[in-house]
Amino acid sequence: MIRFARLLDRLSFEPRRSAKLALMREHFLKTPDPERGLALAALTGGLSFRHAKPAMLRALVAERVDPHLFALSYDFVGDLSETIALIWPNGEGGDASPPALAEVVERLEAARRGEVPALVSGWLDMLDETGRWALLKLVTGGLRVGVSARLAKTAVAGLGALEPDDIEEVWHGLDPPYETLFAWAMGTGERPRSDDPVPFRPPMLAHPAEDRDLEAFAPETFAVEWKWDGIRVQAAAGRNGEGELRRRLYSRTGEDLSTAFPDVVEALDVEAVIDGELLVVIDGEVRSFNSLQQRLNRKTVTPKLLASHPAAIRAYDLLSVDGEDLRDLPFRDRRARLEAFVARLASPRIDLSPLVEAADPRALASARNAPETLHAGADAQAIEGLMLKRWASPYVPGRPKGQWYKWKRDPHRIDAVLMYAQRGHGKRSSFYSDYTFGVWRSAGEGDDRDEELVPVGKAYFGFTDEELAEIDRFVRQNTVNRFGPVREVRHEAAAGLVLEIAFEGLNRSTRHKSGVAMRFPRVARLRFDKPPAEADRIETLEALLPPDERAPAASRKARTG
Amino acid sequence: MTLGADLLTLTAAGLYCPQGGFHIDPTRPVERALITHGHADHARAGHGAVLASDETLKIMAVRYGEAFTGTRQVAGSGEAVDIDGVRVSFHPAGHVLGSMQIRLERRATRLVVSGDYKRQADPTCAPFEPVACDVFITEATFGLPVFRHPPACGEIARLLASLQTFPGRTHLVGAYALGKAQRVIAELRAAGYDRTIYLHGALEKLCRLYEAEGIDLGALEAVGRRAKELAGEIVLCPPGQLADRWARRFGDPVTAVASGWVRVRARARQRGAELPLVISDHADWDDLRATIRETGAGEVWVTHGAEEALVHWCRQQGLAAKPLNLIGYGDEGEAEPEMETVVTGETAERQAG
Repeated sequence: MIRFARLLDRLSFEPRRSAKLALMREHFLKTPDPERGLALAALTGGLSFRHAKPAMLRALVAERVDPHLFALSYDFVGDLSETIALIWPNGEGGDASPPALAEVVERLEAARRGEVPALVSGWLDMLDETGRWALLKLVTGGLRVGVSARLAKTAVAGLGALEPDDIEEVWHGLDPPYETLFAWAMGTGERPRSDDPVPFRPPMLAHPAEDRDLEAFAPETFAVEWKWDGIRVQAAAGRNGEGELRRRLYSRTGEDLSTAFPDVVEALDVEAVIDGELLVVIDGEVRSFNSLQQRLNRKTVTPKLLASHPAAIRAYDLLSVDGEDLRDLPFRDRRARLEAFVARLASPRIDLSPLVEAADPRALASARNAPETLHAGADAQAIEGLMLKRWASPYVPGRPKGQWYKWKRDPHRIDAVLMYAQRGHGKRSSFYSDYTFGVWRSAGEGDDRDEELVPVGKAYFGFTDEELAEIDRFVRQNTVNRFGPVREVRHEAAAGLVLEIAFEGLNRSTRHKSGVAMRFPRVARLRFDKPPAEADRIETLEALLPPDERAPAASRKARTG
Repeated sequence: MTLGADLLTLTAAGLYCPQGGFHIDPTRPVERALITHGHADHARAGHGAVLASDETLKIMAVRYGEAFTGTRQVAGSGEAVDIDGVRVSFHPAGHVLGSMQIRLERRATRLVVSGDYKRQADPTCAPFEPVACDVFITEATFGLPVFRHPPACGEIARLLASLQTFPGRTHLVGAYALGKAQRVIAELRAAGYDRTIYLHGALEKLCRLYEAEGIDLGALEAVGRRAKELAGEIVLCPPGQLADRWARRFGDPVTAVASGWVRVRARARQRGAELPLVISDHADWDDLRATIRETGAGEVWVTHGAEEALVHWCRQQGLAAKPLNLIGYGDEGEAEPEMETVVTGETAERQAG
């Protein structure tokens, strides 16, 4: 537990990806089984304990600490686990040595609800502050130390000569503490045998298309299909040893989404693995990405949400069917098998992503720029570009060269005014590199009517090192206010910095003051030449909202109750 | 709550003794000032007369120039002087070099103004000396039970361990120019680190003063123009400089912050600390409480910091307690580093190139 706590502590302060990987690798190398495997499980979100909830922790600390002093402290620290870790009396545990991570996990899993408080407080007595913090983060779930499951698996792969995708492929057949996985990664054991009937198959990815790729386009060589604006998924169904059908829905990175999307999972009732796009489809029409987001990032789904935001898969590819692995076949053959398969499935929740007819590079360009001319109906709104797939390409995990290309539609662009800047992390920690920008809107009524800037987004990439230095200089010379690490900069009609912001799409948002939220905003250009008064207005953005979201946020709220 | 009230009152300039006609740590220029220690929020320039420890007077002269006051008088540690019928004596506070508590006595009432203080060992200043009194006027910078400062040697060990893990990266340590910087250096020396330690220009003068006062800090050099050559070395600078352009010259440094505040993660991140070193020159929660008990005082006034929690605790112990809500005192450098960055930082940067 102490080693694990030290690891979490260092990860939580480390902004650099490479250093995080190094810290995890070092931990996995120096820590014996099963401790390291449980650390991996914790870092990949694979541990959860039903009975350890914030309310229980509050009750525990109330037994030890004056409630008024605790309230003042919590107010200052702002994080429950950390406040308890810091305020818990030291040295109550006598000479007892702190528990190993394995002991914590094992006993918590076995404990009945009533036994958990005594277990946890006993451990808190034995641990130091860092140990207590790590224990509380562990038992309440959500470590929040800036490590994704993918990064933790990448660290395991880095123990030897494996690729992260190698780990993904076996991951779902394995359980903590992952002893066989570590042995394999370090070259002392065989690839773990999986009897998982529905393993994750690392997906094949595309390169962004460059001019020369597009010039070389010929319909005999490349299939063209739409790139849909949802999330890439893999739906898999297979039979286990007892002949029962097991089904799972994976994200592009191998995250299991099954419990959040039972509607889609149920649709796949034959043994097969489909690669496709997850979308919300109502009355046969694809809805905005925002609708899909209502279904994402949750462990389970309510019947109400299932009814109001039904999900579907638009299929791109078929990786296996009836136990036959198709990945070595050329795309042309897989596509034929896919078309037959979708027809046979005849499910309203799984349909086929159509091919796009394009005779030459010019037709390709017009399809990309105006998909609505080729694809009827409101669905055209949900097209974010084209995919070019070599007819001869086998399905190879990762991003093989020269096989698949994506050609996204041009991003939207607006001119916005820099309002706030925040310092970045790591190498950028002395630079103001995170920018909040706004556009104009009218405020007040009648004679008090006034133009004001309203923040519409944040961007922290897109600029060159030279541009970063220029913005940084501007921020330092035009600071009008400081709030901790944030600086407010001059942003008036006649004085300020205009940033040309590129972004992929816009959604209605009730969390933002402006009522809109941008997707992938980045700084495209600095417009020192442009007076802020000439920056864009909120109406320009509102016109870019998907049709089903154009009503103002306030009235939408009223409608949905 | 009347005990001591005629001996010390609160005015716009801060604590004032009407009988003696002097202020203690006034926040604006006054006729006669008694000063506990040299931090800028306690020791300001422009008073008519200053009574303070020899070291504090020297620190003020370094910071403000020799003309920082009309007249000056050295207060010897433990020596009592009579100021218009008030018996006044200075006693070590253990905060920074020359820091003192000020004891006042008149008719059977004994009152102690702590200034800022700590109880942890510090190789760069005399240790805190508990002084029995009836009214104890204490700071409460870290007056919340979440603040328990670990021993400084353990924090220094983490800095040295990081230097081993990242031998190719400069370790930039943000530390206040007066007190913290010299303490960090002295603790590094105590841990056996004998390489040259490099300084931001703003730290130089005070380090030299410490050395002149007989505190051995080992080999020190200004960073100057050699930032690129300092991979794997320890460089000290004022905390504000960590996030400033100055820090860029070191490429990809490990940024450490030596402060009691970095015990709270969000605070550490706000200060840009990748390696938080919980080293504080203030009493932590346990030491505040222990000190109040030791003084035997029946009444406690809390000057600045987290007054509410400490007053609450005092009352639970049956002590009369009140917050003074003194304004103008920064808590461990909240005011101090701004001074360093704005006043000395820029000049130092020019000096350092």
